[in-house]
Amino acid sequence: MNEITVFIMGKGYRVPAGLTIMKAMEYAGYLLNRGCGCRGGYCGACATVYRLPGDYKLYADLACQTPVQDGMYIAQLPFTPAERPAYALENLTPDGATLLALFPELARCVACNTCTKACPQKLEVMDAVQSSLRGDIRQVAEFTFDCVSCGLCTMRCPAEISHHHVWQLSRRLNGAYLTPRAEHVKTRVEEIAAGKFKGELDKLVTMTKDELVAAYKARQIEA
Amino acid sequence: MGTYPREIQESIERVEATRPARLANKPARLTLQEQETLLKGFHPDYRAEGKRKLKVGASWGEPVPHELADLLEAYPLLDPGSVDVSKPDHDVDLLVIGGGGAGTVAAIWAHRSGIPAERIVIATKLRHGDSNSIMAQGGIQAADKPHDSPAIHYLDVLGGGHFTNDPKLVRAMVEDAPELIRWHEDLGVMYDKAPDGTMSTIHGGGTSRKRMHSAKDYTGLEIMRVLRDEARTQGIATIEFSPAVELLTDGQGQVVGAVLWNLETSEYTVVRAKATVLATGGWGRLHIQGFPTTNHYGATADGLVLAYRAGAKLRDLDAVQYHPTGAAYPDQLVGLLITEKVRGMDAQPLNRMGEVFVHPLEPRDVESAAFIRECALPEKGGRGLGVVTPTGMVGVWLDTPMVDMIHGPGAFERALSSIYRMYVRFDINPTKEPILVYPTLHYQNGGVVIDEHGWTGIPGLYAAGEVEGGVHGKNRLMGNSLLDYNVFGRRAGIAAAGWAKKASPGTPTLTHARRYAEQLKSAGVAPERKAPILLPEYRGEKALSRMVDLL
Ligand SMILES: Cc1cc2nc3c(=O)[nH]c(=O)nc-3n(C[C@H](O)[C@H](O)[C@H](O)COP(=O)(O)OP(=O)(O)OC[C@H]3O[C@@H](n4cnc5c(N)ncnc54)[C@H](O)[C@@H]3O)c2cc1C
Ligand code: SF4
Ligand code: SF4
Ligand code: FES
Repeated sequence: MNEITVFIMGKGYRVPAGLTIMKAMEYAGYLLNRGCGCRGGYCGACATVYRLPGDYKLYADLACQTPVQDGMYIAQLPFTPAERPAYALENLTPDGATLLALFPELARCVACNTCTKACPQKLEVMDAVQSSLRGDIRQVAEFTFDCVSCGLCTMRCPAEISHHHVWQLSRRLNGAYLTPRAEHVKTRVEEIAAGKFKGELDKLVTMTKDELVAAYKARQIEA
Repeated sequence: MGTYPREIQESIERVEATRPARLANKPARLTLQEQETLLKGFHPDYRAEGKRKLKVGASWGEPVPHELADLLEAYPLLDPGSVDVSKPDHDVDLLVIGGGGAGTVAAIWAHRSGIPAERIVIATKLRHGDSNSIMAQGGIQAADKPHDSPAIHYLDVLGGGHFTNDPKLVRAMVEDAPELIRWHEDLGVMYDKAPDGTMSTIHGGGTSRKRMHSAKDYTGLEIMRVLRDEARTQGIATIEFSPAVELLTDGQGQVVGAVLWNLETSEYTVVRAKATVLATGGWGRLHIQGFPTTNHYGATADGLVLAYRAGAKLRDLDAVQYHPTGAAYPDQLVGLLITEKVRGMDAQPLNRMGEVFVHPLEPRDVESAAFIRECALPEKGGRGLGVVTPTGMVGVWLDTPMVDMIHGPGAFERALSSIYRMYVRFDINPTKEPILVYPTLHYQNGGVVIDEHGWTGIPGLYAAGEVEGGVHGKNRLMGNSLLDYNVFGRRAGIAAAGWAKKASPGTPTLTHARRYAEQLKSAGVAPERKAPILLPEYRGEKALSRMVDLL
């Protein structure tokens, strides 16, 4: 087995090449409770920073999605203190003033682009901050849709912005107020309330298995 | 490009050589007879030696996988004699166990039904939202288009479940579905829509209408994070890294909360509650029959263990859902979900010789069985034509480059961006090279028996989401479990709130756990086995073999 050395919080361990940072920590004997959620790149629990030998850069990535490299120095950041102001969606208007009132620190962005470089999902984080400042909520929502709230951008940001909370609010404002509602959903909810399908369902729940099988086979399949 | 080792490269050359002929001819579907033979011979559920009948408890005599039986027939992790639970640390109206989708929805709706936020606690094992709910890619079903109806949805669900479902649960689910989608719109979930607001909906396996609603291929993430934000808005408290390790009962046969255990400090906490909603999700991390899994880290069937000891009945746990296409290479991705959409867009499954051996879109169980037969060694009745990876995993090819060849350049990256992102990170370009796949443990079809209000039949105890059973019978269709957790999370939350308003819980005890341990003893179960397990064991053998508890 091809082994390499990694340094977990500064202490060296020999681990098989090719493991993810997460699996390498486990191989070395760590029982993860913090820093491990979905294990598949969706939850953002496993934010990690690392350096490589002879390289001045501080890299940031997800431990469950990043392979180890020889000489890697690893520290997990499984929690990012971030401020989520109190708000209720129904009391808000979907505009830039709302964002700035709740997150005044947005205005402190110095456009250094560090957040973008830190993002494991390769999102245009700084551009999303700029869109927030312009009040273009739809664009913020689109730019940040794939955000997994790992907090790495926040940890690196000199303006101390709590990015993923800004994104969350923007996406909700976009979904609730800036996107037309589905009329057919509203209609169907009203039809159900009015009992339109009650008779049919009453019948279905009392059918024998043979009757159900026959009805199932007779279904028309939408092309 | 490509990190495939040389032995595997040779097989890729065969795949490329057969491709022109395969592009020209589509493989045939299996007959019902052939499907049957394949399932009986190779689907893991049909292996009698994979299961055993429970020898204690309310579902005595029911067959379940050994991996689950080992947990149900196990002694309490927290020794009931070692703790005093009579003086609660928290006294609340509602305790929700599990901060995934079902638990969050239940808490929100209990609050909307009149329980003050400060009288509700969500206790969860990892962080709020670290769950299977956040991982769902494909979508959520609801019959809300004009040519669809709850009745048609009902038939699809029943047919998918081989008519083993509980009819009243299915009815509740299909009738509530449009209302929950509407609620999500109110909360600001960004569903995929046409510019006029019409939902973009597609088919899923086993649907007769296009009713799969999605939010790109991050549907689960988008719904979960909005629900979590809404719970925060309402001021509902979450206790993280504090799994429930045992339910509490009083002298009158009621469930009155749970004992939590702090994963970081090892302290226990007693939460007394007038009503308890169990929303602990599924069992993927039990790795039934050695399969890898798509599930999150905390999917270890704790809820089944806790509820069973308190006297709840279980159902349909003999049926395990394997998804045919879990990643099999590289090692870092093993078990992760490769959505059905890849085959839907014409990528074919192939053996080591580059031959197509099954139609890409047979039902999930049949497709999985075909992959297993192709890989199993001849002495086990298989064909021995799988591709073996350097770490000893075996898999079949999924010929992903066919997607762009058939649907035009760029199609893969546009429609399957999360899969594309996942492989490119490991230097495999799925539009140029095929990928290796093998069935992966995906979903717990059965679970705790409930009625249409999420009530388990034990006073004070409700269940919602993947932990409960009956909704999907022996086989769930894609898109119905996100719906399930919303529908039954809401119903359980409302019913639990109703119960909490009139309940009078007595002094908490662990009597039921003690009694259960005695039954185990009479049944001759060895004392070493403990449950719930809370977290799967992934530490390296070498490190484990030298670990000693000194501090
Ligand atoms: C990769 C993947 C893709 C999927 N895709 C789809 C899809 O496209 N469509 C669809 O409908 N369904 C899909 N599913 C299934 C669906 O996501 C789940 O069935 C559903 O979200 C389950 O919700 P839940 O709230 O019941 O469980 P979960 O979301 O898993 O939540 C359970 C929570 O309880 C916690 N917990 C566990 N034990 C304890 C304990 N002892 N004490 C306290 N807390 C505990 C867990 O950590 C977790 O946070 C998918 C599942 C996976 C894994
Ligand atoms: S935007 Fe920030 S919080 Fe979101 S994924 Fe990127 S780095 Fe993580
Ligand atoms: S890191 Fe902070 S200050 Fe720098 S560009 Fe990003 S948001 Fe602005
Ligand atoms: S564990 Fe969820 S993103 Fe890594």
